[in-house]
Amino acid sequence: MDQGRTDIAPGRGPTDSELLEMYRLMALCRALDERVWLMNRQGKAAIVASAQGHEAGQVGSVAALRIGHDRFYIYYRDLAALVSLGLTPAQIMSGFLAKAGEPLSGGRQFPTHGAHAGLNLVNLSNVVATQIPQAVGDALASKMRGEDAVTIVYFGDGAASVGDCHEGMNFAAIHKLPVVFFCENNGYAISVPLSKQMAVDSVAGRAEGYGMPGVVIDGTDVSAVYEATAAAAERARAGEGPTLIEAMVERYLPHTSDDDDSRYRPRGDIEEARKKDPVKMLRERLLADGILDEETDERFSADAKRAVNEATEEVEAAPHPDPSSFYDHVYAGDTGGASSR
Amino acid sequence: MSVIDAVREAMREEMARDERVFVMGEDIGARGGVFLATDGFVEQFGEERVIDTPLAESSIAGIALGAAMNGMRPIAEIEFADFIWPTFNQVVGEAARVRYGTAGSLGAPMVLRAPYGGGVRGGLYHSQSPEAYFAHTPGLKVVAPATPYDTKGLLKSAVRDEDPVIFLEHKRTYRLVRGDVPDEEYTLPIGAADVKMEGSDISVISYGLMLHLCLEAARELADEGVSVEALDLRTLRPLDSEAILATARKTGKALIVHEDTKAVGVGAEVAAIIAEEAFEYLDGPIMRVAGPEVPAMPFSPTLEAMFMPDTERIANAMRELARY
Repeated sequence: MDQGRTDIAPGRGPTDSELLEMYRLMALCRALDERVWLMNRQGKAAIVASAQGHEAGQVGSVAALRIGHDRFYIYYRDLAALVSLGLTPAQIMSGFLAKAGEPLSGGRQFPTHGAHAGLNLVNLSNVVATQIPQAVGDALASKMRGEDAVTIVYFGDGAASVGDCHEGMNFAAIHKLPVVFFCENNGYAISVPLSKQMAVDSVAGRAEGYGMPGVVIDGTDVSAVYEATAAAAERARAGEGPTLIEAMVERYLPHTSDDDDSRYRPRGDIEEARKKDPVKMLRERLLADGILDEETDERFSADAKRAVNEATEEVEAAPHPDPSSFYDHVYAGDTGGASSR
Repeated sequence: MSVIDAVREAMREEMARDERVFVMGEDIGARGGVFLATDGFVEQFGEERVIDTPLAESSIAGIALGAAMNGMRPIAEIEFADFIWPTFNQVVGEAARVRYGTAGSLGAPMVLRAPYGGGVRGGLYHSQSPEAYFAHTPGLKVVAPATPYDTKGLLKSAVRDEDPVIFLEHKRTYRLVRGDVPDEEYTLPIGAADVKMEGSDISVISYGLMLHLCLEAARELADEGVSVEALDLRTLRPLDSEAILATARKTGKALIVHEDTKAVGVGAEVAAIIAEEAFEYLDGPIMRVAGPEVPAMPFSPTLEAMFMPDTERIANAMRELARY
């Protein structure tokens, strides 16, 4: 799938134990994702943007970076990135039910949105591509202070059409900023297929126009994702500048729980895509390689199910945010009272 | 000291004081800015902290925002306020919501400076007053000083503020308006208006270049025996309601003057505050002198003059109000 330039050295690959851990996380993500989708259909979760089919891209890239040190600008389809960063199923689910104590925005934002200072995690907006110049500025700050943090910014193929994407990439390349641009290309901007988004066949091909490397990888192969991200991070840390990674993934479900993909997507298309299910493929591969055994797999599966069940119970019982918090944090120092402004 | 000197000195002092402060924008490096706001900065602070950007305003704001969320104190210059619209999404949609949308985990301590306003033969695209669009947005602060003293003190406060500040500098005041600025360090509070002239018969409420025309008109009225109190808003969000109400209650007559288009402008909000909370003190209608309802300021001098409120129009409005 190497349609773009591949002029960066291959990065280190994951160890067997890292692969096993990535599989555990992907299985957990899938169980959590399926549950929140169900909770939407039950009328409990107002909106869900599913990551099903994107898990290897998110889990593999986070695993190649340093949690708590590197910096993560994610977008709305990145539930698996949150799991990889260490948020618990209950913390994530509390966003879907908009409950009090939700760690990213206190239930103010759509699920998975907000920020986590300790994890260097930002997912501010629903407006696609806004995070790209923000991540570039974030990386500029790290560089100005002489820190070796790498900023990774995730976005979909739809966001690649926005001017902010161009502006951010151009600036990052000019100043050789430590950024990894990670495009999760699932072929659809809501309903609009890639052929109506761009006249070329790859987002990564644009990298050359900015003066940075661009690579197209199989985003359903967690090892390929890990290696490409590790290589890009290595370049960034060495002061060689940004890299554009285009991870080809599949979107198994409609754009969000409010979308109806039968209006624009042929059924056979999704059935075909599901044959390359990243979770199943990794499972089969690890079993074949002797890294995973049936017993461990069953344990992972049971643990994931239990964690999701416990989260459901805990979060459903939790209260919604106290309305007295409504005016908090409009400006610095606004807490515990009505705004006078 | 002139207004542009005050801008420059405020930034220079803040950059010297705090390593987190840096400037970015178009032509601000070797050129020193089109108005020379950053003259000599590259030599003093180096290219790492004085960043010439591509001509791409959305990312100027977006990159400044990202740097602010990661611990820096960026001052981004928009070369002319007329070019500020591509930043609207990053400023109104993003920066203003950082603190609220992260429940206080992150803030966006950034300053977006922009020369605004007309009367300089700037035509449709170098004369606009964008303040109302930003002043409408909770989460932002909007500052529009009129004098060198206020400019320096407020810009230093803007740089130190924990929240995003839109700092609007009327470009005609840059070299036209001069004033004393103390040698010693000082800052001024954002959100505080200032009585620039005490008076008892009518109040005129303004900001930016128009404040100076109001003061000129007020001096004419003084010769005619009308005592005018002039309130300089200085900050447009948050508005200093107390100061607005205090002067309205004192004189019972309020005239609001701004160069920006009248309808749904800052003056409408000031008028509403007075109408809602000082109605029983009023002895006359709340009046406004403001820009006319055309999309932007025309280039030709005769047409430009029709747009810009002048001292005569303001003085006539004052006379009309004084008669009540």
